[in-house]
Amino acid sequence: MRKLFVSAYKEVLLLLRDWGGLAILFFMPSVLIITITLIQESTFKAVGESTLPIVLVDEDQGEIGKLVAKNLAEAPNVQLITEIAGQPIDDNRARDLVSGGEYQIALVIPAGISDELNDKVNHNVDKILGEFALTGDDSTTATGHQPEKKWKTKEINIYFDPAAGQTFRNGVKSNIERMLSKVEVQKIYDVFIDQMELTEDPGLLNDEIIAFNEIIAQKGKDGIIPNAVQHNVPAWILFGIFFIVVPLGINLVKEKNLGTYIRLRTSPVSYTVILGGKIITYTVICLIQFALMLLIAKYIFPLIGLIEFDPGAQLPLMVLIAFVAGLAAIGLGILIGTLAETQEQSAPFGAIFVIILAALGGVWVPTFIMPEVMQKVSAFSPMNWGISAFYDVILRNGTATDIARPLGYLLLFFVITLIAAIFYDKKHQTH
Amino acid sequence: MEEIIRVHQLSKRYAGSDRYALKDLSLSIAGREIFGLLGPNGAGKTTLISTLCGMIKPTSGELWFKNLNYRQHRREIQRQIGVVPQEYALYPTLTATENLSYFGSLYGLPAARLKQDIAHGLERVGLTDFAGKPIQTFSGGMQRRVNLLAGILHRPNVLFLDEPTVGVDVHSKEVIMALLHELNEQGTTIIYSSHHLNEAQHFCTKIAIIDEGRIVVEGKPQQLIESVSGASTLENVFIHLTGSQLRDYA
Repeated sequence: MRKLFVSAYKEVLLLLRDWGGLAILFFMPSVLIITITLIQESTFKAVGESTLPIVLVDEDQGEIGKLVAKNLAEAPNVQLITEIAGQPIDDNRARDLVSGGEYQIALVIPAGISDELNDKVNHNVDKILGEFALTGDDSTTATGHQPEKKWKTKEINIYFDPAAGQTFRNGVKSNIERMLSKVEVQKIYDVFIDQMELTEDPGLLNDEIIAFNEIIAQKGKDGIIPNAVQHNVPAWILFGIFFIVVPLGINLVKEKNLGTYIRLRTSPVSYTVILGGKIITYTVICLIQFALMLLIAKYIFPLIGLIEFDPGAQLPLMVLIAFVAGLAAIGLGILIGTLAETQEQSAPFGAIFVIILAALGGVWVPTFIMPEVMQKVSAFSPMNWGISAFYDVILRNGTATDIARPLGYLLLFFVITLIAAIFYDKKHQTH
Repeated sequence: MEEIIRVHQLSKRYAGSDRYALKDLSLSIAGREIFGLLGPNGAGKTTLISTLCGMIKPTSGELWFKNLNYRQHRREIQRQIGVVPQEYALYPTLTATENLSYFGSLYGLPAARLKQDIAHGLERVGLTDFAGKPIQTFSGGMQRRVNLLAGILHRPNVLFLDEPTVGVDVHSKEVIMALLHELNEQGTTIIYSSHHLNEAQHFCTKIAIIDEGRIVVEGKPQQLIESVSGASTLENVFIHLTGSQLRDYA
């Protein structure tokens, strides 16, 4: 036991004298969690709260153009652009503005679309009312049917910035389609009122018949509504914890190259005890790192305009997840340090491997928007197991039983990597 | 003198190699001996010492330390041996005291005794004033002296030395050699490997020259010199037995 303790103490001393290593362990993850959360927060605002400028070219100058302009002007988070420097914008200019990246969207209402819509709606309403003999129009046939009339469909052009993603384009398109449908329905409704010679609007379009209520499905009544902070804090805590692979790998390679390894291997102490010292020290480091990140999320985030992260009653389970994820990261670090011959091998490989695991695990991009194949691959990333456990606890008020499976995977990963490292070391050193 | 190490038909072939590093090597080392293992590069010295330290397993053959077989009693044997590698086997950012304290603790030495022995050891090699300084600030000679202390704190019965004086100044070398003589007088058997044939000739009580994994000749330095006509130094004997051809292995 004393050998284990002195081994752990030696690792602490080595770390305390290594400012670069300490920076990797504490400073870098702290900077990362603040920076990425700020960026992610801005992204959330881009689709939710901040203003989106839309260029509108109204070549119609009729009812529809006015209605679209009115709807866009009234829409929250939309800034309507109809002229640049006092000059009206035409179709070509709108296209140039978007392709040049100055604006992300431009909407061009073609000339004559209002007249055409009026004509079409009047014709169709006449036709329907004629069926019920509610109109005495001369154009009705003997059978009460109007002759079929063909219209050339007018198209509203939407120009998108080539850099705009498909999801963004679909969202905007869907909103504009909904708005145009509303305009069409309103127009049909007005013509009906007019044709039926009603003196008063019965107000049929005043209330929505079907409405949506958005509810986040959670267990219990005190569930926290997920936000960018609650996504980023656990994700980047895990990333920071797994980045321990880099200094730990370097530590092992250095030991081999310094010759201290020979002294350790010829002393009456098992390799497991030597590794045990590292496991204890780096586990404590992981927990300190976790605490630091939580403190930043709780006390620094509100100071820089981000939402405060408060783990509340779920803190013990979060500590448990950080502890087990720390073990998994340490196992990986020991394996990489054992396999690598030089720091030039271990450091870049460790760093890149952690970034790959993070990408696969859903740290950068949530797994549900990944392609199906990648979602399947993601299930093999230890960081995905960690994030799943954190989400279960934070977003779904999960219990220890709920996170038993991902924690089990992380523990298994630790055991497998550690055994592989010990086995490889034994094989490599004694044969 | 009582036999302390016995090697019987030891062979070692590394995985993936078609060449034997050691081939049917047999050897006996008596207690309190200063036993020199000499040989050209790739002769098998490091493999033999690594095997005797319990770091690598032989392909075939048997080894005993006193009456303990290496296969069954590796840990027990490692408690009784000390190793001073050619590399500075110390943590550069730790102080001399921290390094010695750590390595001494691995042998289960009580804290009080360890503290006393570290202080005494540092004084013996003239480093008391540098006890609290990081190893990375030490000169090569100072590091060699701490390297030696780390291998002898637990007072081993057998001490393995691999080039203990390489790259050191004359004064450091004097201190190191004097300490080694002192240890030997106190009963420690020393197994020493070096390319410094002149140093070996004067330091060792017995020498074995190894080449191509086998012992070519074994005896007291003076006997070996006398056995080769025209030889006046161990270097003459070495060249006579191993040839003057370069031995480069990759």
